[in-house]
Amino acid sequence: MAQHSPAAAHAHDDHHDHKPHGWRRWVFATNHKDIGTMYLVFAGLMFFIGGIMAMVIRLELFKPGMQFVDPMFFNSMTTMHALFMIFGAVMPAWTGLANWQIPLQIGAPDMALPRLNNFSFWILPFASAILLLTLLVPGGGPAGGWTLYPPLALQTADAFPMTIFAIHLMGASSILGSINVIVTIMNMRAPGLSLLRMPLFVWSWLITAYLLIAVMPVLAGAVTMLLTDHYFGTTFFTAAGGGDPVMYQHIFWFFGHPEVYILILPAFGVVSEVIPAFARKPIFGYEAMVYAIASIAFLSFIVWAHHMFTVGMPLAGQLFFMLSTMLIAIPTGVKVFNWSATMWKSSMTFEPPMLFALAFLFLFTIGGFSGLMLAVTPADFQYHDTYFVVAHFHYVLVPGAVFSILAAVYYWLPKWTGKMYDQKLAKVHFWLSAIFVNVLFFPQHFLGLAGMPRRIPDYATQFTDWNMISSLGAFGFGLSQLLFPYIIWKCVRSGAPAPARAWEGAHGLEWELPSPLPYHTWETPPSAAVIARGAEH
Amino acid sequence: MIRKALAPIAALAAVSSLFFSQGAHAESGWHLLNMRQGVTEISREIYSLHMLIFWVCVVIGIVVFSVMIWSIVTFRKSKGAVPDTTMVHNTKVEIVWTAIPVAILVAMAVPAAKTLVQIEDTRNTELTIKVTGFQWGWQYDYLENGVRFFSRLERKADAARQLGSGVDPNSIPNYLLDVDNPLVVPAGTKVRLLITAADVIHAWWVPDFGMKKDAIPGFVNEMWFNVDEDKTGVYRGQCTELCGRDHAFMPIVVDVRSKDDFQTWLKATAEAQKQAAAPQPAATANAG
Repeated sequence: MAQHSPAAAHAHDDHHDHKPHGWRRWVFATNHKDIGTMYLVFAGLMFFIGGIMAMVIRLELFKPGMQFVDPMFFNSMTTMHALFMIFGAVMPAWTGLANWQIPLQIGAPDMALPRLNNFSFWILPFASAILLLTLLVPGGGPAGGWTLYPPLALQTADAFPMTIFAIHLMGASSILGSINVIVTIMNMRAPGLSLLRMPLFVWSWLITAYLLIAVMPVLAGAVTMLLTDHYFGTTFFTAAGGGDPVMYQHIFWFFGHPEVYILILPAFGVVSEVIPAFARKPIFGYEAMVYAIASIAFLSFIVWAHHMFTVGMPLAGQLFFMLSTMLIAIPTGVKVFNWSATMWKSSMTFEPPMLFALAFLFLFTIGGFSGLMLAVTPADFQYHDTYFVVAHFHYVLVPGAVFSILAAVYYWLPKWTGKMYDQKLAKVHFWLSAIFVNVLFFPQHFLGLAGMPRRIPDYATQFTDWNMISSLGAFGFGLSQLLFPYIIWKCVRSGAPAPARAWEGAHGLEWELPSPLPYHTWETPPSAAVIARGAEH
Repeated sequence: MIRKALAPIAALAAVSSLFFSQGAHAESGWHLLNMRQGVTEISREIYSLHMLIFWVCVVIGIVVFSVMIWSIVTFRKSKGAVPDTTMVHNTKVEIVWTAIPVAILVAMAVPAAKTLVQIEDTRNTELTIKVTGFQWGWQYDYLENGVRFFSRLERKADAARQLGSGVDPNSIPNYLLDVDNPLVVPAGTKVRLLITAADVIHAWWVPDFGMKKDAIPGFVNEMWFNVDEDKTGVYRGQCTELCGRDHAFMPIVVDVRSKDDFQTWLKATAEAQKQAAAPQPAATANAG
């Protein structure tokens, strides 16, 4: 691709690249690309640690009876699997993608607060290490579920303060990362790139960042109250001292529901970038997409109690939370319809990012359907805390959030490295993932409806068949993910050079930059003509 | 792509074919695909709400997935499809696909709210039993009759479920779903449970009754059920709120008897418990 003035300018800048070498480049990193890479590598590592925990869970559940682990260890596996996947894998992966892409997509030279950026990343390895080390302390890891409901969570042994400290650290990291995202987007957009011309990935992250800043302190407050209940004689959540264990659940889910949208909103952004690129057609209803994300974010604050319909709420409360939860289907529906309309009368090709985005479209919609079913309060009395719920949230988080992270990496990797990966192998990765993820999670709907509770290490014998299928799916899914780091490693080492616009239909300022990317980009903001060419959504 | 997209639909069709084979209790678990209808009016209403929302999702799914699959098959670059890049916005269409879901949701919310109101109607109950969850079992307390007992996992299953016990769970009838002392209730009676907990949060659930409720220390939750007169029998469930190490091993068993049988049982049990509580001669007290 012939690049005009910006490319020439960058070739010149290249010459003055002060790229630090050795460990200093990473420990003292302030470059958004380096920090983005570190976030993504870290997230990948955590994905595999959380994945090993999932394998332990599915191994024990392969047949009835206890074969491999103590129930307490099983409980700490379910607890830690959730914490590692949410706070270690998915959230840092999104922050890594934000770091890489937001400056490139809005024509900014870097994130607004580079040292804060360094700090918010380097908190994470320590937080994860502390959390992982709980497995070695007396009493084992936290085993009360990732929701840490008291009074059960208060029975945790030495792992308790470590878990809470780790959560505080991860929360602090997220808040700092979000501040950085908001400041960057609000202040560093190229002149002329108005808010409603921003790519949808940037929009989805802007809204996600506000959600994070709103709810992370709520989680910090909730777990701090647990800590003082445990060690300093307060009784916020202890009925014997006049406290209220249900209040914890309200506070937790006031954080927890926006949190699940924090995991999925950037996915909406990625899919809204990838589908138009491979459909060679602008996104349908750009503004509706922005408003839909904003409405979903708003609704996420008023639906929390649908996670706790069985605690014994007044009728009016149950009705309110049922109706508000049902409302989410409307903006979510708008998004799915808009993606479908984008594909209508398009000209599609099916490279790996597109395959993952399409799988997202189908399978996230299935997760949405089970979500709608769960919203119906009387039916939820049957579904609640069964494998139906496990199936539901894994459908929205694995083929939802995780597939869209894979789509994003496969989409932007040629830009980041300047090299093309082995697309054939990536397609193998896709097909194995897409098949096994359904073998893994679809039978869990049946298990839940048949009455299998979640978070149990052993089960009644009639649940055996579907558990075996689900476990086989899990092993297949886990093994196929090993292809992913191999494909990236192979690409970095020996990928063929990729053109600046790696995909024919890709639009956006990042594709106006040369490949391989110089260490510093957009040191002079893109011109109006470049923005106009890049910002066609 | 197409085959993968169709897989869930095929699976949904498989589910639907099962509604006609209800009640087949084979040894294998393959037939366990759908929620059971249960044995109370409420559980059947919940079942029909579940089926209603399920079919709504199936219909929407067929429409939406058909459009997607049609697009994927038809609008391919390899088939020479030319993108219509002017198609970026259409207010009319967007209003329609916002309004239709609103209508569906309202249609869904009305019957759901009705059932919810019915579930919360705790008037005119005829028998009250206090249920206390503890780590790891249940205590049942017939408040009006002075009968009270603990209910725990049956011993053989408890031995078999130990790590490396070497006992095949399949050799134990109702593995993990059987207790030493089941809760006994009369059929055709509105039974009220007052549910609480002694230590951490538990949840009391018998799928056939359609309801579950959390047992929370410091709270007394209320829940009721009324089993059909002709549906006497044994119904099983489990604790459904993570409550620690042996959460999976605190089943719930309810023995539903006819009103007469229940009265006989209640009298006999009350008498036996009175005897057991009465001061005993020294010799037997030692043995006890």
